[in-house]
Amino acid sequence: MIAHHGYEDAEGAFYIVIDTGPCAGCADRPCVPACPRAVFVVEEDPYGDPVVAVDGARRRTLRDACAACKPNRDRPPLPCVAACPGGAIRHTW
Amino acid sequence: MSVAGREFWRWSEGSWVDPDKDWRRAEVVTMGVDVGSVSSEAVACLDGELYAYNTVRTGASSPDSARAAARGVFEKTGLSAEDVRFTVGTGYGRVNIPFADKAITEIACHGRGANYLGGPAVRTILDMGGQDCKVIHVDAGGKVTNFLMNDKCAAGTGRGMEVIADLLEVPIEELGPRSLDIDEEPPAVSDVCVVFAKSEAMARLKGGWSKNKVIAAYCRAMAERVSTLIGRIGVEPEFFITGGISKNVGVVKRIERILGVGARQSAVDTQIAGALGAALFAHTLYLKGRKGAGP
Repeated sequence: MIAHHGYEDAEGAFYIVIDTGPCAGCADRPCVPACPRAVFVVEEDPYGDPVVAVDGARRRTLRDACAACKPNRDRPPLPCVAACPGGAIRHTW
Repeated sequence: MSVAGREFWRWSEGSWVDPDKDWRRAEVVTMGVDVGSVSSEAVACLDGELYAYNTVRTGASSPDSARAAARGVFEKTGLSAEDVRFTVGTGYGRVNIPFADKAITEIACHGRGANYLGGPAVRTILDMGGQDCKVIHVDAGGKVTNFLMNDKCAAGTGRGMEVIADLLEVPIEELGPRSLDIDEEPPAVSDVCVVFAKSEAMARLKGGWSKNKVIAAYCRAMAERVSTLIGRIGVEPEFFITGGISKNVGVVKRIERILGVGARQSAVDTQIAGALGAALFAHTLYLKGRKGAGP
């Protein structure tokens, strides 16, 4: 399942997209501790598989939560994306 | 806003019972309850088939709204809570339904419910709810393969439509047909924010636009907004629309025009899709639990 966690408003679309297929098979889930703003949580998807998702409390403020990892210049790889061994995470902005 | 106490935003609550079914002959009765931000629905299924539903406006208390929705089903059918083997709660208030055996996200429940209502050919579901909008891709079994939800902005939601109904003093059920009763399609009002759209609608009324033209401009804005949302994950036929705004023909026709895809029709009120999916999950879970318990 491709899960789009986030929102869109007049300023753009701010979604973290997680492919829960490879995510469900990942035991360590290094993306969770890799996020300096604790955006990710592990929860059961509707079909009973534990997968990584965006914390509900963060979902509507993702743009601000992720801002520190997205400087305007010399942007390093995003910690969550770099940490995911399955390439299951991407950001839409 | 109201005229002589009339609230134009008030949509009709309702219930339905399949006259060809008798719950006394059913092996398993299950229930799904969807407590949304604006409406709450309860659906009863007999052996995994739709039997009855009831829709009420959501109040300040999720448990009370859930009870009111379920009570309507019980009163119409003669069922009692003891007859229901398993109940699944969904929607915003799903964790606050005291009589639910399990809570499941509305994304999964809408997928399952739309699969039942629209058939296994349905691949893309647009749910235009009271205060959010969801786009869901499902497989032939109704299992979600891709989803996107936006609940940060009221534009493109039922609440936005309620605001316009009250502003224009037009009953909400009439907005759709009246939006199509125009000579020429107007440009959309601001599709960014329902507050700005309201201001813009007032400005256009003062500028000489008819109410129908303003309604058309608002329906178009809503259609453009949700079509953008759909565009993010794409539309795969068959296409199915659920939620309260699926009853607004003015929005639905415009979405179909923008996407170039017709929406599949349903004989049943698609506002119950979430609760129906929950009742179907309840049936599956009950059978699974019974099987797991052994003979």
